[in-house]
Amino acid sequence: MNILGGGIFSGMAVTLKNFVRSYFDKSRLTTNDYSWQPDGELPKSIGEYPREEGEQLSETTTITNYSRNFPMLLHDDGEPMDTVRCVACQICERECPPQCIYIEKSTEKKERDGGKPQFYPAKFDIDVSVCMSCQICVEVCPFDAIVMNSQFELSSPDRFGGLLLRREDLLKSNDYYHKIHPEEAEARDKRIADEKAAKEAKKKAAAEAAKKKAEAKARDEGEKKGGAE
Amino acid sequence: MSSATATAPNYELIPQDGLETNLLEVSMGPHHPSTHGVFRMDVKLDGETVVDLKPVFGYLHRNHEKLAENMSYLSSMPFTDRLDYFNSMTNNWAYALAAEKLVEIEIPERAEYLRVVMAELTRLVNHVSLVGFFANDLGALGTPLLYAFREREKILDLFEQASGARMMCNYLRFGGLRCDVPNGWLDRAQEVVDRFPFFLDEYEKLLCENEIILSRTQGVGCLSRELATSAGITGPMLRASGVNYDLRKVDAYGIYDRFNFRVPYGEVGDCYDRFMVRMLEMRESLEILKQALKDIPEGPIMGNAPRVFKPKPREVYGRIEGPKGELGFYIIADGTPKPYRYRVRPPSFVNLTVLRDMCLGQKVADTVVILGSIDIVLGEVDR
Repeated sequence: MNILGGGIFSGMAVTLKNFVRSYFDKSRLTTNDYSWQPDGELPKSIGEYPREEGEQLSETTTITNYSRNFPMLLHDDGEPMDTVRCVACQICERECPPQCIYIEKSTEKKERDGGKPQFYPAKFDIDVSVCMSCQICVEVCPFDAIVMNSQFELSSPDRFGGLLLRREDLLKSNDYYHKIHPEEAEARDKRIADEKAAKEAKKKAAAEAAKKKAEAKARDEGEKKGGAE
Repeated sequence: MSSATATAPNYELIPQDGLETNLLEVSMGPHHPSTHGVFRMDVKLDGETVVDLKPVFGYLHRNHEKLAENMSYLSSMPFTDRLDYFNSMTNNWAYALAAEKLVEIEIPERAEYLRVVMAELTRLVNHVSLVGFFANDLGALGTPLLYAFREREKILDLFEQASGARMMCNYLRFGGLRCDVPNGWLDRAQEVVDRFPFFLDEYEKLLCENEIILSRTQGVGCLSRELATSAGITGPMLRASGVNYDLRKVDAYGIYDRFNFRVPYGEVGDCYDRFMVRMLEMRESLEILKQALKDIPEGPIMGNAPRVFKPKPREVYGRIEGPKGELGFYIIADGTPKPYRYRVRPPSFVNLTVLRDMCLGQKVADTVVILGSIDIVLGEVDR
């Protein structure tokens, strides 16, 4: 196009074409191309994030199965404080880059299901107004006790207390973890089971070796005795 | 411009018809919508012509380097995300590369490939949003930027599926990656890569020969080859000035020597060249992505990294070709779990130093375009 400013007219022609055609062909409304609609259907009301029909705001309101938001404390089946995995070792508190975790160790040890007595967190607070969702605490935790939640509706009229999550707010069951991050939770459970099995096999091997050693010792002593006779 | 160091032209104010004229000092920013963050330009104008320009920055200083010197090596990894918040993956890589030089770690094949995939996707994100913002600076408010963001969104979804976060990925670790990509991720990535060229075709058709873009950018803000090399400019900006220098070819860090790609570079070094170099680089990134996604092997994603990262006393400098230029991390280790000195060489900061030389003698409206073509992110400039 050689006329000065002709580009503007051809550009406006494209706009007009799209505008008119968008009434007949919904795919021309390119802003509706939401990636979370794999079947290409338009959301019921544009601008609302996907939510099941009739679902209330709840702890299961999440974005995708992969997103992470703020940490939570895991417990196994049963009473939360009886089965909490955290032993208050405070590694996460030390490693946390923005220093948003505060832990107070219990004074006495408490027995968990099928384990030896351990300390537990008497206080476990996370200030989510400081937390930057980096997941370093999850990585450094040697007990798989802290993982990332994906609940994001945390707004509160109280600027300080409302954004400080206490131990009771943070405790979530392993089932909930499986619900929000199925793939990751399964991999984690598998790894824990493998480690446990490996540990038990090692223990068994060690016990057997000790038994063998004791037997050999007894035999040796018996032989010695026999030799002396 | 032939001399390496440009000086302000000696303007003599000519009194016209007995009227006395004065230079006008305009403070653009820090909240000017064109300054890509909190950045101020003190511009001295003679009419509409820029006589002098002083960039003022530091509004976003977050003490990144000193913070990193007071925490363990791993803990400052999430902070590197926040340097150049468009390209967290490449920031992670540069830091991981420097730290991996401190202790010898063998990185598994799959992790190397995934790093390349992530870095090239990041390059796409950066360039596509830069081109959108550039059109925004030219006055095309909204539409080209939102077209660009629509594509960027698809890549950010890939990042979210892999790392859990869209922008602050925090995905790379010393010796590999934090976690493997979920099932089916590579197919989804392949789909994005396959569809991207169609978007680029459309975008090039819309912008590259657009009359307004041509008249606003060609011959505006020329950066000579001599000045670019002597000022330490890197990345697409250097290549636009006609220097064929790409760390992916020069250093061949990671496994970049296995891929077949070209390095586009310009001739004139004006805003149009800088814009076009980025458009062309996206095509080359797609080439790399195609090859990487085809060859990616199965296997572990984490090398034999030490459980406690405590390197011996040593000095290292690790650098990569970030989307904006050479991003380097200089670390001095003193045998403790914390670095003794930690220094970032941010590409946008160094590229910003020639802003004045490019703007002198131009019109005031062009300073906005020139600044947009440098591609700065203030999170990285101020650190």
